[in-house]
Formats: sequence, structure tokens, C-alpha cells
Amino acid sequence: MTDSVTDISAMIIEKLLANPKVPRDIDGNSKIVEDLAFDSLAVMNFVMEIEDEIDVSVPLDKLADIRTINDLAGCLHALKVAQA
Amino acid sequence: MIDIFAKHAGLREAYGALTATSPRNPFEVVIERPVSASVGIIEGRETLLFGTNNYLGLSQSKKAIKAAVETAETMGVGTTGSRIANGTFGLHRKLEARLAEFFRRKHCMVFSTGYQANLGTISALVNKDDILLLDADSHASIYDGAKLSGAQVIRFRHNDPVDLEKRLARLKDHPGAKLIVAEGIYSMTGNVAPLDKFVDIKTRHGAYLMADEAHSFGVMGANGRGVAEVQGCEDGIDFVVGTFSKSLGTVGGYCVTNHDGVDLMRLCSRPYMFTASLPPEIIAATMAALEDMQERPELRTKLQDNAARLHAGLQKAGLKTGEHVSPVVAVTLETVDQAVAFWNALLENGVYVNLSLPPATPDNRPLLRCSVMAAHSPEEIDRAVVVFGEVARHFGL
Ligand SMILES: Cc1ncc(COP(=O)(O)O)c(C=O)c1O
Repeated sequence: MTDSVTDISAMIIEKLLANPKVPRDIDGNSKIVEDLAFDSLAVMNFVMEIEDEIDVSVPLDKLADIRTINDLAGCLHALKVAQA
Repeated sequence: MIDIFAKHAGLREAYGALTATSPRNPFEVVIERPVSASVGIIEGRETLLFGTNNYLGLSQSKKAIKAAVETAETMGVGTTGSRIANGTFGLHRKLEARLAEFFRRKHCMVFSTGYQANLGTISALVNKDDILLLDADSHASIYDGAKLSGAQVIRFRHNDPVDLEKRLARLKDHPGAKLIVAEGIYSMTGNVAPLDKFVDIKTRHGAYLMADEAHSFGVMGANGRGVAEVQGCEDGIDFVVGTFSKSLGTVGGYCVTNHDGVDLMRLCSRPYMFTASLPPEIIAATMAALEDMQERPELRTKLQDNAARLHAGLQKAGLKTGEHVSPVVAVTLETVDQAVAFWNALLENGVYVNLSLPPATPDNRPLLRCSVMAAHSPEEIDRAVVVFGEVARHFGL
């Protein structure tokens, strides 16, 4: 079974909150670069952690279109469905 | 009108903060001139060079200098053209043949820089229907080659065969070609790649493997053929890329392979085609440096001894270095301010190293990247270690 976008989004937020530097008030609409102050390398490295959770690989070009946590969740969900 | 430079605001701010606290601009160090391979004049002082890529000291090879001078006198100083037009001289072909022979491969292509060798090889080998699997800590030239290729790029965890295999398994039904790219020695940390393990994986998953031995060519292996030679897995590496700008002390890059398909790369690799070829004196100097390297295997032994001496010395001084003993020894610090202050103090005490700051470093921490040469004397290494220790104590580290 594949998790829904909402489930994946919740999992991402939980992972992010494990990092004390991340603001406490984030939600699915938080912007990863602007609101979380992640640089491009930090985004790539964070995505790597999430990839392991749901067993997909995100090609780098897909990251270019991702702004919010929900965008990332949607992208992961789509990849997971395509892979199943 | 939109300010075309507005996008650099963040960079300007970071740069401003950095240069405000540093007595000198770390990105504008000038080596007025080298005195020898291991000493240069910086700010008017003789300074020990522990931040070059001149591993064998061959930038000062007498043999290479002589070859360059003689060739410039007989052939001039440039080719003024592309390899596929007027830019191939007999010398270019000769160097390609020498390198193919050195690496025991059928084919060799020479590029104008190592950067272009990566761009030109990767972008010609894969396209949008293919998959590139890159070690997460790959050099910028590999990432840029990936971009130029248009292939789908998947990063795997640095030096992690298990992670690579997991990602290949996820791709088992993907119809495109798969190319794995790893380096021999990583330039910032000195980490050595498990190329033998990658060969095993690529064989089982039907992928190709390219190794960038930029920092290991001439440095590792009984004959200097790099990490693949040390690990006994050369046959499993489809493409070896590297540069002349480190162990050979000149400039230029290469790709060697046994795949006959590369012949056509000369007609579709844009970074190979749309740039002027290397000047003849550089080719001549590179060939002479290669000979010098082959005639003096003791340079490699000396380099390894020196690497071990610096690595052990820095560890004994209580500094945090990587675990691999290689000619690149990186000292990891916690904050950028600390690293900048440390780096300035080293330079003021006559030791030049590279200051590497995030995001160009692996795990977001700053590094003082030191590199040793065969040309360093034991006394020079001990001196550098003493200065490191004094500076560390001064800053209470
Ligand atoms: C791993 C790696 N590949 C390629 C290059 C590019 O080589 P060059 O500086 O000769 O263009 C470098 C160094 O800059 C490097 O460290």
C-alpha cells in the first residue's frame, strides 16, 4: 500500500521537526528554502533521508519544481505510485 | 529595469560577512611566485605550500619545462582551433596514444581541462532517457556534466555501496542506460572510494561505471593508475576520467576506455568540440611529466610517506581529520568564523592551506584542506604540524 500525500507530508514535517534549527510552526504550505532557510545542498541531503523512509529515489531535476513541503510530498507520492 | 545582479544578494551578504571578519580575503590569495614546488612567496614572505594539487611536485619538473620551452620555440604557443578542425597536431595524437598505453586501454580522448573531460564525457554518454547515479559528494564538474547531459540524476550516499545498490534495484525496470559516477580520491576530504565494490554492483545490475581519478592518477597504485589499480578492479571500470592539472602539474583532462563507441564522442561531445585544443607546449610538458612520473616511482613512495606523516602529525596535535591516509588531509572545524580565523593564523605563520567553506564541503562544516607533495621534506611537514598545533592551542581547540 502506498501512503497518501497527507501521510507523506506529515512524515516529512515530523522528520524536519527532529532538527532543532527548524522553526516550530511549519506546516504543509511552508516553503522549504524561504521558510526553513535550507540551501540547495541541505534540500538534497534532506530529501535523501525521506527517500529511505518511503523507498523511492527522487531525480534531481524534480527538485527544481518543489517549493513547499506539500509539493515534495506530492512528488514523492507520484514517484511511489509510478514505481509500484 | 530589473537589477540583473539582484539574485546575488544572498551571496553578497555571505561574502560581506566573511570578508568583514577576515584580515584578508581568502578567495584572493596571490602567490606572487613559486620558489620551488613546496614554497611560494605570499604577502612578501616565503610560505610553505600545503594547499596545492601538485602531488608529485611536477609543476617544476625540469624535464617538462625543457619540453615546453623547446616545443614553444619550434611550434609556437597555441593551436587556435578545435580538435575536430585545425586544433589536432601530431602531439595531441601522440599524447592520447601514450595515455592509452599507460592505462592499458584501447582509446583515449584528451580535453582542454579536467572540468571539460567530465562535462564532455558525461554529456556524450547519457541523455534524457538515461539515468546517472552520482556519489552525493561528487565534484562540481560531475554535477555540471550531469546537467548538460539532460539525464535523470539520482544521488547515492557518499562511498556507500549498499545505498547505490538499493537505488539501482528501484530502477530495475527503467529502460534507459545507467551510468554510475564516482571519484577515486575525494578532493575535499581525501576519502577513497570503494571502486571494487561499485564494480561488483554495476556488473550485477547491468550499469556502466565511470571513475574520476583526478586526485589519484599518479598518486595511487604501483604504477600510478589510481584507486582502481590499487583495488585490482580496472577491468570493471568502463571509463576513467582524470586531469593533468594535479599530479602532472600542467593542465588538461582525459578519458580512457576500451569501448570502441567513444570514437563518435569526438563528434558529439560539445565540451570537446567547441573549444580550442591544448597548446603544443602544454602537450609536450604533459608528456614529459608523464615520463618523469614513470621514471621516478619513488615520488609516489615519498608522497605516501609524507601523507602518513602529515595525517599522523595532525591527529597527534588533537585535530579532527578524516580516517583515510591520503595526500589530501582535511581538518574539520565547527564554525565558519573559527575556520576563517584559523586559516588566517596559519598563513600569518607561514603555512598556506585551502579554506573550504559550506556548501562546497560535504557535511556543512568548514574544512582546512591540506595536501602533501612528494616534494615536501620531513622538516617542512613537521613545521606545518607545529604551526597547526600552536594555532589550535591559541584558539583553545
Ligand atoms: C574530482 C575532480 N574532477 C575534476 C576536476 C577538474 O579538473 P581541472 O581543474 O583540471 O579542470 C577537479 C579539480 O578541479 C576535481 O577535483
